[in-house]
Amino acid sequence: MRTVLRWFGGGDGDPALQKKRMVRRSLGVWLMLLALGWFWLIPKYSSAQDKKPEETKAAAPAPAPAPAPQAPAGPKADPNGGNTGDGSFAQDGGGTLFIPADPGAAPEKKDFKDEKEYLDAKKAYDEKKKAFDEYTEQAKKEPLAVKLANSVGHNRAGINMTWILITGMLVMFMQAGFALVETGLCRAKNAAHTMAMNFLIYPLGMLGFYVCGFAFMFGGAGSVATVGGPAVLDGMWSINGWNILGTKGYFLSGSFYDTSVFAIFFFQMVFMDTTATIPTGACAERWKFSSFVLYGCAIGTIMYPIYGNWVWGGGWCSQLGVKLGLGHGTCDFAGSSVVHLQGGVIAFWFAKMIGPRIGKYNKDGSPNVIPAHNIPMVMLGTFILAFGWFGFNPGGSLAGTDLRNAMSVVNTMLASATGAMATTLWMWKVRGNKPDPSMMCNGMLAGLVAITAPCAYVNSMSACIIGLVAGILVVEVVFFVERKLKIDDPVGAIAVHGSNGLWGILSVGLLSDGTYGDGVNGVSGKGVTGLFYGDAGQFAAQCIGALACITYVSIISIVVFKVVSAMTGGTQRPSAEVEVEGVDIAEVGCLGYCGIVMDKASESPVSK
Amino acid sequence: MKKVEAIVKPHKLDDVKTALTQVGVQGLTVSEVRGFGRQKGHKEQYRGAEYTVDLVPKVKIEVVVGDGAVSAVVEAITRAARTGEIGDGKIFVTGLEGVTRIRTGEKGEAAI
Repeated sequence: MRTVLRWFGGGDGDPALQKKRMVRRSLGVWLMLLALGWFWLIPKYSSAQDKKPEETKAAAPAPAPAPAPQAPAGPKADPNGGNTGDGSFAQDGGGTLFIPADPGAAPEKKDFKDEKEYLDAKKAYDEKKKAFDEYTEQAKKEPLAVKLANSVGHNRAGINMTWILITGMLVMFMQAGFALVETGLCRAKNAAHTMAMNFLIYPLGMLGFYVCGFAFMFGGAGSVATVGGPAVLDGMWSINGWNILGTKGYFLSGSFYDTSVFAIFFFQMVFMDTTATIPTGACAERWKFSSFVLYGCAIGTIMYPIYGNWVWGGGWCSQLGVKLGLGHGTCDFAGSSVVHLQGGVIAFWFAKMIGPRIGKYNKDGSPNVIPAHNIPMVMLGTFILAFGWFGFNPGGSLAGTDLRNAMSVVNTMLASATGAMATTLWMWKVRGNKPDPSMMCNGMLAGLVAITAPCAYVNSMSACIIGLVAGILVVEVVFFVERKLKIDDPVGAIAVHGSNGLWGILSVGLLSDGTYGDGVNGVSGKGVTGLFYGDAGQFAAQCIGALACITYVSIISIVVFKVVSAMTGGTQRPSAEVEVEGVDIAEVGCLGYCGIVMDKASESPVSK
Repeated sequence: MKKVEAIVKPHKLDDVKTALTQVGVQGLTVSEVRGFGRQKGHKEQYRGAEYTVDLVPKVKIEVVVGDGAVSAVVEAITRAARTGEIGDGKIFVTGLEGVTRIRTGEKGEAAI
């Protein structure tokens, strides 16, 4: 007992140090208690929410809770995929189900406020029941047709699930791309540390997402329709009908032990890891490893999933269409705002608060050059990212049977090309420099980031334009951030992901041509249409989503940064000697290039 | 005994080695160095920011020869390493106090 109290009290020794230790240790314990309390309180609180009918999710109404103490009947999880894709899931090319669904129990008068509502509901129910009964009669006469329908339904689920998993694996490979790009753009003396950060963020983010991030983000998302998933994602915390946060699915337990949920978890987790790895580039070369690890714990658990829920998990940004008539609500096909804008804003605040590298800025504020140590690594990383993006963008359809995937891929490819070309020509001819290799890579990535949101919604010319604007935007923002804002961003993360994430999400509201997206976020009747094709409401929804992203992420970044600083001795930077010598030995204990003598003259920033 | 230090362009190393062996030099030491001369480098741009590239990679060849052979060796190096362009390099000749062969312990001219 005494040792425990002494540990909390900061141990013995220098009183100033003792106080710091005490704050750090208690803060850590308080956070753990908070997390435990959350896990205990939220399921307790949310079980009352589960019984309220979900308005936007198309599921058969659950039977009214019986007075006898039985477990409330809900959608049944399916761990083996045995129930997934039976005949009721088979549909034709236009999306019409072959087999009418079982309407379940009849509506009872006591469930409705007045006579008229009850009669309407009863009429609708009677029609569905009639169709289902007719089908049941017919099915008895055509057993082969029933078997065919089951097989077709299962195959559809299988194709779609394969698509989700394969595209997710391509996105996982992007972790390697990010690692190469970031390490190549930093100095050789920090290579091991930069690589270690990019490596470790993958498991850190993933485990945080597994513990509670996925629950916050997708706890209430309904079902994964494209793989015939049951509607087990039904825990959502709402305020006045506006969905805020998921509340079920911690550790993928309970009714979340279902194959469709696992597929969507995998897919969403690799997207989360993409966001997670963006700030490691902006803060490279001067970030203590302990601080980075704490950030890693925060990104997967709370920072990313909350806005993710608002756009992808059925949250309020996606409800803007259904509730306020603003187009289809905030539409982000593959994550310009959910993944890249979030990462860019976190990178912005973290890089700003951590401060520039030693030697980056002179006393008069002019920036010095700290050249990349391995340009081939940067370009290889960029190609790996471009390759992985072929999974990132088209994967957003969550359906191999959705033939629009071909257009997503082509749009992605075109935007990457125009992005790279625009940057190269802008740097070379307009800005008067030589065609800079690292900028070329940033340009391609900028095009890819910008096309991420609109890839399925625009035509090819719009994709080219989006990439072109992105390529020019990234150059100007790099200069703006470095020279005007005096924020040291070694890899251009803020310019590539932040500014182009914003451009991407807004371009959905401008250039979407309405040929695809009927039914997205519960709005039927037309595809996702942008301002230039006649729907100003969509643009408004995009702006609201972007604003929500920037506001929320800014707040949470600042809070997390300050908490992490307090928990790691007051500062997230290593000492000046360590930073100048190279963080490899001091932070991770080994050199990136052991045995190769690094010329000190090439290590320090070269000034004007 | 004199030490001849020659700083030459890296791609001229092979030519200088050949020329030295033809002159009869028995051993040499090569190191990779960086430096600048009267040009003092030039300005380049990286991601839009200007910086000075002043330290240029060069190769330093060190040879120890007897007093009589110095001028022949200097002549050989000069001929082999000259390109006529700026940055060809320089040759420094310094006097040596003593030379020892480690394996046998020989000293002086016999150790060269």
